[in-house]
Amino acid sequence: MLEKFKQTQFYRAIFRTGGAPIATHKQRILVTLNNVFLHLHPVRIPKHAVKIKYTWCMGGLSFFVFLVLTVTGILLMFYYRPTIEYAYGDVIDMKEQVPLGLMREIHRWNAHLMVITVWLHMFRVFMTGSYKPPREFNWMVGVVLLILTMLLSFTGYLLPWDQLAIWAITVGSNMAGATPMVGAAGPGSSLLAIGDVNFVHSASDARFVMLGGRFVGEGALLRFYVLHCIALPFVIMIFMIVHFWRIRKDGGISGPT
Amino acid sequence: MENFKEIINFIAAPQIMFTALLAVFFFIFPPTDWLYSINRKLGLHKLWTKGGGIFLLVVTLGFFIFGLTDENFRLIVTKADNVPIVGLLFLVIFLLWLCLFQAENNDKRIAEGKGPMEAEDAKEKVLVWPDLVYIELIALVIVSALTLIWAISLPAPLEGPANPTVSPNPSKAPWYFLGLQEMLVYFDPWIAGVLFPTVIIIGFMAIPFIDNNPKGSGYYTFKERKMAISIFLFLWLLLWLFLIMTGTFLRGPNWNFFGPFEYWDIHKVEVLTNINLSELVYMIWQNKALPDNIFIREMYGFAALGIYFGLLPLILAKTVFRKVYDSLGPFRYSVFIVLLLLAVSLPIKMFLRWGFNIKYIVAIPEFFLNI
Ligand code: HEM
Repeated sequence: MLEKFKQTQFYRAIFRTGGAPIATHKQRILVTLNNVFLHLHPVRIPKHAVKIKYTWCMGGLSFFVFLVLTVTGILLMFYYRPTIEYAYGDVIDMKEQVPLGLMREIHRWNAHLMVITVWLHMFRVFMTGSYKPPREFNWMVGVVLLILTMLLSFTGYLLPWDQLAIWAITVGSNMAGATPMVGAAGPGSSLLAIGDVNFVHSASDARFVMLGGRFVGEGALLRFYVLHCIALPFVIMIFMIVHFWRIRKDGGISGPT
Repeated sequence: MENFKEIINFIAAPQIMFTALLAVFFFIFPPTDWLYSINRKLGLHKLWTKGGGIFLLVVTLGFFIFGLTDENFRLIVTKADNVPIVGLLFLVIFLLWLCLFQAENNDKRIAEGKGPMEAEDAKEKVLVWPDLVYIELIALVIVSALTLIWAISLPAPLEGPANPTVSPNPSKAPWYFLGLQEMLVYFDPWIAGVLFPTVIIIGFMAIPFIDNNPKGSGYYTFKERKMAISIFLFLWLLLWLFLIMTGTFLRGPNWNFFGPFEYWDIHKVEVLTNINLSELVYMIWQNKALPDNIFIREMYGFAALGIYFGLLPLILAKTVFRKVYDSLGPFRYSVFIVLLLLAVSLPIKMFLRWGFNIKYIVAIPEFFLNI
């Protein structure tokens, strides 16, 4: 059946390598070259680089988990409205009303998992000394990816709009209020004043910008929603593209020379 | 049994646990040749053999299984959002072992003039399709299956609807930020929440430019990069993961410390008699009132900071870090040493607190500037 299907014009239109059994060296190379996704990889790589004990697969898994998060996140967006009125109820409905209401679980646990895999990926890259020339820049791109991953996780934490969410974000955002000069409770902010008029106060400081309000409320929910669903995924994708591109350009996975 | 739990509760306190870990740390991960030879003499490198791995597994797993028989331990470890951190703990221990197991192996091979194992493997080339694509596929299937099981068996937490007037006690940030929240015990928010994160980001980006040792790129080794690995593990294991674990598992109501087998009693009081350096110098040692002028009042603190960030780098460059200074040059060395001193200021502040109840070195509440 399958073999027959592989001979159809339809199959061969999709897979450029065609349906013939892939047996020769040349055909195997063509599989990679002819496929836009596999083309991310080189055709031939040194054996140590495919060993799990070398890379632990952590970078690849970070990317895969990110894809799972994108898909489940889009599904969650179908049901979720980012307002104080609806958010909490919508989150409950995701479990109660939606068939196979598992999406929220998959999304949340994969989000935790992504923070973990990215940390461990960084740990591996350090331990193999893979940040050394010529890979310095890709390490820096990696650090940006790490921050973006944690920001994605942090902004998502608020969306269920339960006690856990708003108080965790309150703890986190209070720190922004302590930023030197631009936070109302930060050192030096009282210096930015003319006479009795303070420029930096709780309705104009860094925390206010982050939350869109003096406390974690409607404004913060909308801001975090937009950041979480649009802005940060967009930015992290761009950095990932650069990251993958540079892996190839820097000579593939690091190895002893 | 109860006695054993009491003992664990006692030694889990950060004062004791952190001090103990710090005391053994540089023998287990020796940064210098001298410590390295002691590490060998004590046989600590045997941790990174197969036997050592089994030992680590038995001890951690054993402790964990024993812990699960205790109600308080179970309560905190199986809290849905804490489960990933338990997983992280086991993964980190296993992967640390895996790195150093390969590193020891390679170091031995290099000493015999054979080159690292990776070089041996790299002689052979494999095709991405099918060799790598299949490994990737299997990894994806395994991870998908695991997360699916995880999702089915552990419901995502959802507490009562948000209520800005009732704050839970303790209020915790998400677990990956608990290292920073734990630092709040020792530093003001502008340091723990703003300065340190900034410094961590800059510091990490600076790593490739500070570590100019050309060796050890693309294979596991310890011996060729002792200093770099030791410092990195110090930051990542002791100053980051340890604080996260403490913040998650051992901090209860009012951010009080609770041992792993201790009940989270809201009414537990800890006597706080913290004082500032200026108060210690003027009021306790000299028995005087605090001077009115802020600069005179805080001059000892400023002097301490000046010595720490100004003089100490020079002394270190002439002594312990002589070789580092020679190879990095003045600019890179300055960046390196300031980053390192900032990191080390955390344990210093911890010990000042535990040993002398010092709250601030420099305290200028008039401008929210407390260090
Ligand atoms: C969203 C996060 C990230 C993704 C999806 C990602 C993905 C990847 C992938 C797929 C690889 C190929 C090798 C491997 O799987 O280990 C890789 C390599 C690399 N990554 Fe990342 N990464 C991420 C974050 C980071 C971070 C946080 C760092 C470091 C701070 C980093 C630094 C590097 C470097 C230097 C390499 C080259 C390693 C080598 O040649 O051996 N990446 N990354």
